[in-house]
Amino acid sequence: MLRRTMGLLARPIAAARARSFSTDLPAAQTADATFVEAWNKAMPNMDPPKTPLSFMQPRPATPSSIPSKLTVNFVLPYASELATKEVDMVIVPATTGQMGVLPGHVATIAELKPGVLSVHEGNETTKYFVSSGFVFIHANSFADIIAVEAIPLDQIDANLVQKGLAEFTQKLSSATTDLEKAEAQIGIDVHSALNSALTG
Amino acid sequence: MASNAAVPFWRAAGMTYITYSNICANLVRNCLKEPYKAEALTREKVHFSISKWTDGKPEKPTIRSDSPEE
Repeated sequence: MLRRTMGLLARPIAAARARSFSTDLPAAQTADATFVEAWNKAMPNMDPPKTPLSFMQPRPATPSSIPSKLTVNFVLPYASELATKEVDMVIVPATTGQMGVLPGHVATIAELKPGVLSVHEGNETTKYFVSSGFVFIHANSFADIIAVEAIPLDQIDANLVQKGLAEFTQKLSSATTDLEKAEAQIGIDVHSALNSALTG
Repeated sequence: MASNAAVPFWRAAGMTYITYSNICANLVRNCLKEPYKAEALTREKVHFSISKWTDGKPEKPTIRSDSPEE
């Protein structure tokens, strides 16, 4: 029985090795090869129309040596805060803690918690308070940070933060249903993160 | 693989990620300083404009909003 299970184990491993990881993909193509071939066979005298693929910028290939800069795209639903900006490092507030991202970082998808995002370029650091979102780090040293709200730290009003913290702490103690407790807990988390952003 | 035990507290309470994210964003917007806060409040409104079409012409659109007052 053991030998049969070993045989079963061997097959999925071989299949996984045959498929490449999505992190090791080469640069994306700019034209749909099969479509162009089929078009040229059917209508040899007309140029093939452009497909959406040709309008998109191709994904840069994963370089063989670690690049010197990290390229960051930081977007919000209403604005693009940073677009393909080359920086040295970003520190993102992931749910697992503050995560520093350097060029050559392993491909990662991280969920963000309310906290401070800092972008380090040369000697300057730009900090934003991010409400929540995700960061996608690709193997080619591109990082896409998406957040719903991101505000520079000097736009935070300390009094409102204190008031909010007190209000939600009070709401947590008076909450009855699970949903109310969760909302109060979210309020406390966000306001304490804002507080530490102001003081830290 | 990971078990279902490590769910975040808001999901355990029945909230979806998008609700959680919108609550966080609203709380952050409410803590802004004055001139920025007014612009931010306009972003908070989520609304849809729905117009029914009759005889090939749109009727007056109704605005459905996510916030409970409207």
